[in-house]
Amino acid sequence: MSIKASYIKPRTLDEAVATLAAGEARILSGGTDFYPALGDRVVREAVVDVSGLGELRGVSNETDYIRIGGLTTWSEIMRTPLPRCFDALKSAAREVGSVQIQNRGTMAGNLCNASPAADGVPPLLALDAEVELASQRGVRRIPLADFIVGNRKTQRKPDEILTAVLVPRGLEDAASTFVKLGARRYLVISISMVAVVLLLQDKRQVLEARVAVGSCSAVAQRLRVLEAELVGASVREGLGAVVRREHLAPLSPIDDVRATAEYRMDASLRLVQRALNSCAENG
Amino acid sequence: MALTRESRVEAGEQSIAFRVNGRAVTVSSSPLQRLSRVLREELGLTGTKVGCDAGDCGACTVLLDGDPVCACLLATGQVEGCEVTTVEGLAGRTVKGASVGGRLQQAFLEHGAAQCGACTPGMLVAATALLEKNPAPHENDAMDAIGGVLCRCTGYRKIIAAILDVGTKDAGVNNIVPASGAAISPGAGAAVGRRLVRLDGKRKIDGAEIFGADETPVSALAVRAIRSPYHRARFHFGDLLAFVRDHPGIEAFFTAKDVPGTNCYGVIGKFADQPVFAEDEARYRGEAVAAVVGEAAVVEALEVADFPVSWEELPSLKDLDAALATGARLIHENRPGNVLVRGRVVRGDVDKALDAADIVVEGEYDTGFVEHACIEPEAGFARRVGDQIEIQACTQSPYMDRSDIATILGIAPERVRIIPTAVGGGFGTKLDLSVQPFLAVAAWHLGKPVFMVYSRTESIVSTTKRHPAHMRLRGGCTKDGKLLALDFSADFNTGAYSSWGPTVSARVPVHASGPYYVPHYRALTRAVHTNLVPAGAFRGFGVPQSAIAQEQLYDELADRVGMDRLEFRILNALEDHTPTVTGQVLGEGVGIRACLEALQPRWRAARREVAEFNLNAGGALRRGVGVAGMWYGCGNTSLPNPSTVRIGLKRDGRIALHQGAVDIGQGSNTIVTQICADALGAPIERFDLLSGDTAITPDCGKTSASRQTLVTGKAAQLAGEKLRSAILKLAGACDCASIHFDDRDFSDGGLTVRDGDKSLVLSLRDFPLDEHGYVITSEATFDPPTSPLDENGQGVPYAVFGFGAHLAEIEVDTELGTVRVLKVTAAHDVGRAINPTLIEGQIEGGVAQGLGMALMEEFFPGKGENLHDYLIPSAGDIPPVESILIEDPSPIGPFGAKGIGEQAVIPTAPAILNALHDAVGIRLRKIPATPNRVRAAILAAEKAEMKKGEARG
Repeated sequence: MSIKASYIKPRTLDEAVATLAAGEARILSGGTDFYPALGDRVVREAVVDVSGLGELRGVSNETDYIRIGGLTTWSEIMRTPLPRCFDALKSAAREVGSVQIQNRGTMAGNLCNASPAADGVPPLLALDAEVELASQRGVRRIPLADFIVGNRKTQRKPDEILTAVLVPRGLEDAASTFVKLGARRYLVISISMVAVVLLLQDKRQVLEARVAVGSCSAVAQRLRVLEAELVGASVREGLGAVVRREHLAPLSPIDDVRATAEYRMDASLRLVQRALNSCAENG
Repeated sequence: MALTRESRVEAGEQSIAFRVNGRAVTVSSSPLQRLSRVLREELGLTGTKVGCDAGDCGACTVLLDGDPVCACLLATGQVEGCEVTTVEGLAGRTVKGASVGGRLQQAFLEHGAAQCGACTPGMLVAATALLEKNPAPHENDAMDAIGGVLCRCTGYRKIIAAILDVGTKDAGVNNIVPASGAAISPGAGAAVGRRLVRLDGKRKIDGAEIFGADETPVSALAVRAIRSPYHRARFHFGDLLAFVRDHPGIEAFFTAKDVPGTNCYGVIGKFADQPVFAEDEARYRGEAVAAVVGEAAVVEALEVADFPVSWEELPSLKDLDAALATGARLIHENRPGNVLVRGRVVRGDVDKALDAADIVVEGEYDTGFVEHACIEPEAGFARRVGDQIEIQACTQSPYMDRSDIATILGIAPERVRIIPTAVGGGFGTKLDLSVQPFLAVAAWHLGKPVFMVYSRTESIVSTTKRHPAHMRLRGGCTKDGKLLALDFSADFNTGAYSSWGPTVSARVPVHASGPYYVPHYRALTRAVHTNLVPAGAFRGFGVPQSAIAQEQLYDELADRVGMDRLEFRILNALEDHTPTVTGQVLGEGVGIRACLEALQPRWRAARREVAEFNLNAGGALRRGVGVAGMWYGCGNTSLPNPSTVRIGLKRDGRIALHQGAVDIGQGSNTIVTQICADALGAPIERFDLLSGDTAITPDCGKTSASRQTLVTGKAAQLAGEKLRSAILKLAGACDCASIHFDDRDFSDGGLTVRDGDKSLVLSLRDFPLDEHGYVITSEATFDPPTSPLDENGQGVPYAVFGFGAHLAEIEVDTELGTVRVLKVTAAHDVGRAINPTLIEGQIEGGVAQGLGMALMEEFFPGKGENLHDYLIPSAGDIPPVESILIEDPSPIGPFGAKGIGEQAVIPTAPAILNALHDAVGIRLRKIPATPNRVRAAILAAEKAEMKKGEARG
C-alpha cells in the first residue's frame, strides 16, 4: 500500500537538518526536477521543502571563496555582478530550461539532481568549485568533481543539505566561456556543452586553462591532459589548434534520441576548439 | 534541535493563503499539490493550461511575485504569502499605473497571435513579465521571454509581432506587419477578404475558453486506462474484484468484456479494427487493456503496477522490413502480408518513358513517426442521461465520434450526443477517438458522470502519429527539362490499427507528382501494419512525406539538365488545361505557376546573396536556398463529404449560425461566418454562433482534408443566399431588393427591405416560429463534386486543389551539422483570401511544423515519450515568414476560396532539404536532418570526395 506523503517547510537551516536527521525525506527546492520526475504519480514520501531558507540564497565574498548559496536560482546568478571567471556560469544559467525554470531552479537542485546534462556542472567544474553539505553531524566540503559520482548519483548523505557552492578565489580575472549544442534554440537538453576558463598573460599566452565537457559522459569531465598542454600556448596561433581527438579520452558518450556517441565526440571536439578560441579572443 | 511531531504535517489538508490576481485566497490543499491543479480545480481558474506537468511546454506559466514560473512545478505550499497572477488577472494587473497585460491581449487579437488558444495564456503571461520589466524589447528579447512556451499552431511570428507592437520599439523590422483596423466592423456585405479578428478570439486571450479538461461535472469520477508496457504482449487479469474491494474509492474496472456493443471501432467503417480494450493480446505499447474508475484523488494516487494484470511480452514487428518479411507473423489475421491496403495511380507508360528519357534520376527516402504534440492533451467527460449518453470532449469530428460511440455502446447514433469543446490543437490526431470510448463505457455502466484527462506521456504513447514512410522513386525528363515520367512507390508504417492508413495510401498516389504535368506516371503505395502506435491523420495525410521525395528528385533532375531549379518547376507547372496524373483537367483555378513566379524575385536575390556569402565564408558556415512546390486536394478523396449549415432568423433580428465545422484554431468559426454574412448581406455582428454539438447543429463533417473553408464555407454561402431569398419572398420583394440589418434601420424586431423606391419593414415579432424556433430557417448542404477513381486511379478525386510553393534560406554549420532557417517565403494560391490574417496564421504555423519535420521531429516508440526528448520548434527556431497570397479563384469554392490548412505544411520540409543540398551538397535519405545526420552526411561526402581525388591522382 502507498506511503502517505508528508510535508514540512522549515524556516531555518537548523530546523531543516533536524528534520532530515529525524527521518529520511526528499528535499524540494525549486521543484523543476522534483515534479517532472514524478511523471503521473503522486508524491508518496516525506518531503522537506527547503525553499524558505533565506540564508541559503545569494552570493557572498569570503576570504578564500566566493560563496553561492545553494538556493540561489539561475535568474539570480544572471542578475548578480560576478567576476569574469563566472561568465561561463552566467551563460549556462541562460541556457537552463527556460526563463520559467531559471526563475525557480536552484544551484543545489541542479547539482544534487546530477543529470549528465546539467548545464551548471561544466562551468562549476571549470571553476574547481566545491560543495558544502550540512547535516546535524556537521558541515563538510567536497570538490564538485568528487561530489557527483554517476548518472543521478552524488555523495550527498540522506540527512545532508547542499548549502553552498564554493568557488576558490584567485582566478577572478580569468576569462570564461560556455557553449551549448542542442537540436533547438530554447528548452533543450544539451547534446554536448563545454565550459572553458582561461587565465592569460598579456592576452597572449595561457597561464592556466580549465576545460570541462558535459552531456558526453555520466558525469561531466575536465580534460586535464588538454589543460596541461594549453599552458604556455600562444593565443595568436589559436588555442583551438592545440586540441586533438585524444584529449577527449575522459569522455564516454552514449547513443540516445538526441545523437550518437560518435557525433557527440566529433561535435565536442569542435565545441572545445571554438570555446577556447572564443574565450581567448575575449581574454 | 528537537523536532515536534506537529511540525511535520501530513501532506493532505492544509490551509494555504496567498493572493491570486489581486485577491486574497485561502485554499485547502496538500502543500505538495502542484499550483496548476489548485488554480484550476480549487479556484476555478482554468485559464492556466496543463500541457505536460514537466516544465517542457510552459502552457501553465503564471507570475509569481511578478516573475514567470511554471505552475505545474510549484508546490502550493511554496506560494504561501505570495502574489500569483494568471491569465484571468492580466487585464486587471497594473504596474506603475499601466496594464501591459491588457494591451498585450488586445494586440494578440489584432495580430491573430492566438489560434487554438492552448498556449495563449502561457504566452501572454510570459510576455507580460517581459514588457513590465522591459517596455521596449527587441525581437530577441521577445523570443527569450517566450522561449519556454511551446506553440504548435502559430509558428510564433504573430506572437512576437504582437509583443513588439505593444513595446515601444519600432516594429517595422523583420517582417512585422502592424495590425491595422482589424477590430473595425466591415459592415454588411464586406466581410469576405477582411482581416477580421477571430470571432472566438476574446475568450482565447482572457482565459475563458473551455477546452477538454476545463469543465467537469461536480462529483464526476475519474477514469484511468491501464496500458500495455510492451510493443506486443499477452496479458491475464488477476482478481479484479478483490482489487476494487481493497481500494476504497475505486468504484469499478472495465475490460473488453464490459463493452456493451462492439469492441471495435475505426475512422473508416470498413477497416474498423481497433478495440476499446485489447482482448488477450495487446498489439502496441500504450494500448489500453482495462480502465479503473473511482474518486479522482484515489484514481490519481493509484500505483498502476498494483493493478492485477500480468504481462507476457511477445515478439513484435517494429519496422516495415520486419512486417513485410516473407512469413512474418500477421498482426491482423485477415490482412495478408500485414498489408492493410494498397493505393495506385497509373497513367501513360512509365517504363517506356523512363527508357526514352534523356535524363533519369532515382532516389530513396525514409521519414519517421511525427507526433502532433498538440499543447492540449486529450480530455473530456461523459454522462448518461436516461437512455442517452453525452460526451463533451475535444474532437475534430463530432459526428464520426457519435457513430463510433453508438457502435461501441450498441445504441442508435441519435442516442449519443457529442459536445465538442474548444480544441487545443488537432492537426489530425483528434479525428480519432481517444478518451471517448473509455468515458462512454464507464458512464454507461455506472450512470454517473466520469472524466478523463490524458497525461502528456499517455497522449504521446497512445494517440496517432504521422506515418513513417519508405519511398523509392525514379523520374525522367528531356534534355530541355520537360518532365516525362515518374515512378513512385511508398510503404507507410501504419502501426497496429488502421486509423487513416487507407486515406494516406489513397491520397499519396494522387499527389506524388507534385503540381506538375507528368504524362507518364506510376505511384503505388501500401499501408503496412507493425506493432507500433497507430499512425493516422497528420496535416497532409502522407503528402508532406511524398513531397520530400518528389521535390528533391526534381531538384536533381533540374541540376542534371543544367537548369535553374525554380525555372524547371515553372516549365513543368500544371496549367488550367493540362491533365493531372488522374486525368483530371481543372479548367480554371490552377495557381501553381503564379505561386512559383511570385517567388522569382526573392529566389534570384537569395541565390545571389547565398553565393556571395559562401564565397566570402572562411569558417564553418555555409548558406543555401531551396524551393519546393505543392498541390493538395480539398476534401475527401473521391468520396462524399457533405457539410450542412443551418441558419435561423430570430425574432430579434439576429441570425443563429449553426456551423458544425469544429474550429481547432484554424479559424473556421470566423471564416464560415464571414462567408455566410456576405452571402446573406448581414453585418457580422448580427450573427450568433452555435457550436458543432450534435444535438443542435447539423453535420459539417470532420475538420480535416483542408475542407472546411471549401465545403462548410460553401454550404454557409448557399444557406445565406437561401435565407436572403426567403426574407425577400416574405417581403414580397424582388431578387434585386436589399435587406437592411443595420441597427439604425432596425426597430422593434424588424428588418427593412428596400425594393426600388419601396421600403418595407418586416416586423419579425409577428411571425410564428418554426420547428427550430426561428422565424425563418434556411439549411443548405454542399458536397464537392468528385468521381470515383478507376483501377488505374483515373478520375476526379477532388473538386478543388490548393497550390503553393515555399522558398527556404538556411545556414548550415558544417562542423556541427546544425541548420538554422533564416527565412521562408511562402506563396499560396488560396483562390480567395477570406481572411488574410487567418491564412497567414495557417502558413506560418505550417512552416513551423514543416521545419520541425525537416530538422528535429522524430518519435521513437518506447523512447522519449515526453516533450523534452521529442522536440518541436521553439520560438527561437522559426525564421521570419513572408506570405504571398495568390488569388486564382476556384469556380466551385465559396467566393472562389480554396483550402489552406494542410497546403501550408507540405512544401516547407522539401524546400529546407533542397536548401541543405544547395548549401553543402548533401542529400539526406533519412529525415529529419538532425545535426547528427547532417554532420555524418557531410563527413561521408568529404570522404567520397577524397577517394575520388585519390583515384584521379
